[in-house]
Amino acid sequence: MSILIDEKTRLLVQGITGGEGSFHTQRCIEYGTKVVAGMTPGKGGAQVFGVPVFNTVESAVRETGANASIIFVPPSGAADSIMEAADAGIPLVVCITEGIPVMDMISVHSFLKGKPVRLIGPNCPGLISPGKCKVGIMAGEIHKQGNVGVVSRSGTLTYETVAQLTGLGIGQSTCVGIGGDPLLGTNFVDVLKLFQEDEETKAIVLIGEIGGTMEQDAAQFIKDKVNKLVISFIAGASAPPGRRMGHAGAIISGNTGKAQDKIEALSAAGAIIAPNPAEIGKTVKKSLKY
Amino acid sequence: MKIHEYQAKALLSQYGIPVPSGDVAGTPAEAKKIAAGLQGKVAVKAQVYAGGRGKAGGIKLAANADEAEKSASGIIGARLVTHQTSARGAPVSHVLVEKVVEVRRELYLSIVIDNARKMPVMIASEAGGMDIEEVTLTSPEKILKAYIDPSAGWQDFEGRKLAYGMNLSAQQVKPAVKLMANLYKLFHEKDCSLAEINPLVITGDDSIMALDAKLNFDDSALFRHEDIRRLHDPAQDDPFEARANEMGIKNYIKLSGNIGCMVNGAGLAMAVLDLINYCGGNAANFLDIGTVNNTSAVISAFKVFTADPDVKAILVNIFGGMARADTIARGIIEAYQQIDIKVPVVVRLAGTNVAEGKRLLAESGINYIEAADFLDAARKAVDASKGGRN
Repeated sequence: MSILIDEKTRLLVQGITGGEGSFHTQRCIEYGTKVVAGMTPGKGGAQVFGVPVFNTVESAVRETGANASIIFVPPSGAADSIMEAADAGIPLVVCITEGIPVMDMISVHSFLKGKPVRLIGPNCPGLISPGKCKVGIMAGEIHKQGNVGVVSRSGTLTYETVAQLTGLGIGQSTCVGIGGDPLLGTNFVDVLKLFQEDEETKAIVLIGEIGGTMEQDAAQFIKDKVNKLVISFIAGASAPPGRRMGHAGAIISGNTGKAQDKIEALSAAGAIIAPNPAEIGKTVKKSLKY
Repeated sequence: MKIHEYQAKALLSQYGIPVPSGDVAGTPAEAKKIAAGLQGKVAVKAQVYAGGRGKAGGIKLAANADEAEKSASGIIGARLVTHQTSARGAPVSHVLVEKVVEVRRELYLSIVIDNARKMPVMIASEAGGMDIEEVTLTSPEKILKAYIDPSAGWQDFEGRKLAYGMNLSAQQVKPAVKLMANLYKLFHEKDCSLAEINPLVITGDDSIMALDAKLNFDDSALFRHEDIRRLHDPAQDDPFEARANEMGIKNYIKLSGNIGCMVNGAGLAMAVLDLINYCGGNAANFLDIGTVNNTSAVISAFKVFTADPDVKAILVNIFGGMARADTIARGIIEAYQQIDIKVPVVVRLAGTNVAEGKRLLAESGINYIEAADFLDAARKAVDASKGGRN
């Protein structure tokens, strides 16, 4: 097993005819993902790398049975795309787009309420179940199939972490980038819950960062519900307060969002904290006693 | 994005929210003229993005126009150091000259986004004029909240709850409820990330008024608010950050250390700062170079580093994904050709096209320090920053 995506995933690419959309469609196909449909309004009937393009998500789902979607649509139209996917009944929507206005995301969350859909992101690298399926922009080749679940708010720091794990011979069940925005579809707790229930996942790596209190929520959940080993690193311990560190959500405001508070909460919940970001893999290896 | 108080008040006014009479002045003479027109006592307020102006001497009371001119001449052209600015302070080019109103009560009102509930929330308190975080800690019972359903929008019953909750009198409730509705309208229509009135005052003649105002805007929504974008005052930015921005380096934050960092991705860039710290050094900046498809961004980043006298060593840490290691390598080589780089440069490349990137660097003949991995890179950069290498 793995979580959220596997061999049965049938992927729709929204914004498939754009530069990033077509580039990553090709990478996903090369990795072995079943990309069954693309969608760009006005480009229906075209093909991108052999993938049929539709004008609406509804028709794409009807014709191809797509059960997951990845969105490469510019910020001004991304909220609309997420809602269109949810309306068409797609259960898993992954939004890569960075820079969607907050008010638009508030409308999205209001729209998604009560609908049977999971949104991952926005402003995220997507997710990968190594050896099975890739729905994201990460380089597939640094991954290795295995038993460690990875969940992170970052993109490249996750690649760094995964490369450390793979380099030490430690494979991954699924790696989920939940995104760097403050308003996310899926948070740490959601993914921890899935990893806890997943038989293939034996240990969990959680990469957090400054801003908000999502890591504290995760700590509480770990304490209450997770009996698997959790190894964590929180980025931004040396970040100045009041500054947005690249990610829209990575900001210490007043007393909220400091790395130290997150580290203390996770540590108190039993998570093992990596001493620095270069030794996350090493910390996992030591903890697993490989 | 932040704007000045006088700009925020102009927006509030546009949305029907009462503010004290006054105007902005760029010279002491202008301040005098405005004060003369207002008659009576005025406040002369330094216009900077930072808070804490009162305690820092950035707000002066003046009894007449001459005094206002004198106060303004002491403020305009100086730098104001508050607990929210750097030690250098923020430059003051304008003052807001405002009629002093008689204050009977100081209240607090703001709208922010509640990230957990994913909806805007209006926060009101009887304890106005104070740091609201402190009120939250010391007297949480004085904080009232109304969550705003985005599909229904603001509802007046919420306003009445807040108004009666703040113990407003019967006559004050109606204008307060109207003011709250208007504030949400502004917040929503202009894509604010913060709309704060602290204090919101009840004046001597029983009217309600925004004595101070702070509006921040969602950077991601500025594309649809050209009017707001134009309000930005670049003089309030850090000069290094402003220069970096002009050169197309968007995610750059000046820090107090001496290692110039170029990293791809915000999370990894933060992690690099942490790792440098772990190794006993300090970064001169945060810089997420993003997805680099050509060499010009790399060259620009090097220009930003070499213009910063604090930078004693440069660390390039790239995990190629979307950004390709060979493009970065070409950028570094071109930077060496175009710029006189006097400080040691440590390079760690990984990911997409790393072999080609390393080969290009090795064959270029440039004098760089190669790092084997992430930790090695940070250690070498810290050593170099202390004069340990080269």
